[in-house]
Amino acid sequence: MRSLPVVLMLVGALVLGGCGKKPTTVPESSGSTVVEGSGTGSEQGQGQVGEGRDLPGASGSPTGGPAGVGNVIYFDFDRSEIRPEYAALIDSHAKHLAGSGAVKIRVEGHTDERGSREYNIALAERRAQAVRRALMLQGAGDGQLTTVSYGEERPAAVGSDEAAYEKNRRVELVYGR
Amino acid sequence: MFRRILAALAILALPAAPAGAQLTVQILKGMAESVPIAVVPLAWEGPGEAPYDVAATVHADLERSGRFRPLPRAQLVEQPHAAGEVDTADWRMLKVDYVLVGRVSGLPDGRFEIRYELVSVANGERLLGTAMPADPKALKRASHRVADAVYEKILGVRGAFATRIAYVAVDGPVTRRNYRLVVADADGANESKVFESHDPIMSPAWSPDGRSLAYVSFHSGLSAVYVQTLATGAQVQVSAKSGINGAPAFSPDGSRLALALSRRDGNVDVYVLTLATQNLQRVTEDPAIDTEPCWSPDGRTLYFTSDRAGGPQVYGVGLEPGARARRLTFEGSYNARPRISPDGRQLAVVTVDRGAYRIGSVDLQRGGLQVLSGGQLDESPSFAPNGADILYTGRVGGRDTLAIVSSDGRVQRQIAASAGELREAAWSPFLD
Repeated sequence: MRSLPVVLMLVGALVLGGCGKKPTTVPESSGSTVVEGSGTGSEQGQGQVGEGRDLPGASGSPTGGPAGVGNVIYFDFDRSEIRPEYAALIDSHAKHLAGSGAVKIRVEGHTDERGSREYNIALAERRAQAVRRALMLQGAGDGQLTTVSYGEERPAAVGSDEAAYEKNRRVELVYGR
Repeated sequence: MFRRILAALAILALPAAPAGAQLTVQILKGMAESVPIAVVPLAWEGPGEAPYDVAATVHADLERSGRFRPLPRAQLVEQPHAAGEVDTADWRMLKVDYVLVGRVSGLPDGRFEIRYELVSVANGERLLGTAMPADPKALKRASHRVADAVYEKILGVRGAFATRIAYVAVDGPVTRRNYRLVVADADGANESKVFESHDPIMSPAWSPDGRSLAYVSFHSGLSAVYVQTLATGAQVQVSAKSGINGAPAFSPDGSRLALALSRRDGNVDVYVLTLATQNLQRVTEDPAIDTEPCWSPDGRTLYFTSDRAGGPQVYGVGLEPGARARRLTFEGSYNARPRISPDGRQLAVVTVDRGAYRIGSVDLQRGGLQVLSGGQLDESPSFAPNGADILYTGRVGGRDTLAIVSSDGRVQRQIAASAGELREAAWSPFLD
C-alpha cells in the first residue's frame, strides 16, 4: 500500500497523456498533480521519488507552481485549521500567484474515508476554503482560485488505517485548472 | 388499481443497459421466531411449461426477509393448489403455520392470471384469496406482490418486495475509477444503469413517485445536482452553484429539493430549492457545517447534520420563518446523516460506537440511541418504505458493499456483488 500513490501517479500520467478528450474533467487527483504541478512527490510522503524528479525544469512550465515547493497541505482528523508548518508553503504559492495574475489554480479539498460522505464533502470544502482564504491573505487574487471538494471520494492512499487516513486528509493545489 | 400497477411496471421495464455485477442476498442473522410457512408451487393451467415459477420467487422473498422460514420444496409432502385442498393436519405435522397455494392461467388478452390463497394451519381459515392479472414480462414483479400480500397478512406490515433500490457501483483501477448509478429490484435483480462517469457520483435520492432520482455528479469537473427521469433517461441539472452542491432530498410532495450548498463563501448550509421556479430558500444560517437534510414525512421539518456544537450531531428545524434548530442526538461524539422512518418516529443515523462507524437508531419520542449494525465503517442508512428494514453501506474485505438490518436490529443481511464496490443505496418508495 505504501508505494501505491507513486504507481498511481505514473499510471495517471500515462492515462492523461493517452487521452486528451476532455480537458475540464479532472481524472484521479494524484495523477493530475504530477502532470500539472511540480514536486508533488516529496509532499505525498514519497520523498525518494520526489527527489528523483526534475523539479527545477517543472518550475519553468507555465502551468507549474513555485519551484521546489510542495502542493499538498495535510490536516488533523475532523479539523480544517491549517497547521503552522504549512505557512511557508502557502506563502510561496500565494507569492507565486500574486506575481503572475494569469495563473489559476484549483484548491481541492479531501478527507479520509471515515464517517458520512456528505459530511465529509462539507469538511473538505471547509479545508479548501481555509487554504483559499490563507492564499488570498498572502496576495493571491480571488479570480485565480477555484475550490472543489471531493470529500472522501478521491483518496491519495488506499487503506483503512491511520497511515492512509493522514495522507488523505488534505488540500491539493492544482495548477492550470 | 391494477391499471396503475401496470403503468408503473411499463415504466420500470424500460430503462437502459444491464449494469453488470450480479447481486446476491445472504442472511447473516435471522429471527429466532421466524414464521414457518409452506409455499406450494402454483399449478400451471395451460399448454406446455409454466411461464414462470411464481412460488420460487415468493419463497425466496419471504426467506430473504429473515422473518419467515419457508419449508424446503423437497419437504412438501403434498402439493394442493386451492385452499379447499389443504389438509391442515398434514401441515401441522410438518410444523408449518401457513400454507400458500394457487394457480397460474392464461387470459384471453395474452396476459396471465395468478390466483393465490393463504391458509392458516392453526384453524384452516383462508386468510387471502386473490386473483391478479400480470403482463407476461412482469411475472416476477407480480410474484413479489404476492410475497408482499403474504408478508402483510401475517406480520401486519406491508411488504416491500416489489420495490427498487438505487445505488452507486464503483469499479475499475484506482487511477480511473468508473462510477455507475444503478437501479435494481429490491432483491438485487434487474439492474439497470442510470448514469455513468469517471468522476464521482454521490447521494442518490428517490422522488416520492419513484420515477426520478436526484444525485450529485462531478462529471462537469465540479459538483452539481441532477434530477434524472428513469423512464426516459432525461437528465436535468438543477443546482450547479459555486462551491459544493450536495445531499439532495425530495420533499414529500416532490415539488422541492433540500440541498447542501456552500455558495461563494464556503459556509455549508441547508437550502430548499423549488424545482418549478428555481426559487432558493436558505434554511440554516450558521457558520458551522449544516448538511445532509432529510424531510419529515409531513414536509414541515428538516433533519440535518451540523457540527455547530463541535462534532457532527443531528438537528431538526421547522420550515416556518424564524424557526430555531433543535438538537436531537446527545449520545456519542458523532451522529450524522439522518434518515427518518416512514412513520416519523425513528431517525437512522451514522453513529460512532466504541470507535466504529455504525448505523444507529434514535427514538424521537423517548430519546435514546440504539446501535443496529456491527461493522467498522457503516454509513448511508436508508429506510425501506414500510419502515421494517434499513439499507446501508458497510465495508467487507476492504470493499464497500450493501447490507440490510431490520429497524429493530434483529435481522441482518448482506448483499454481495460479484464485482466492484456498491455504496450509498437508497430504497425506493412504494411503486404503485
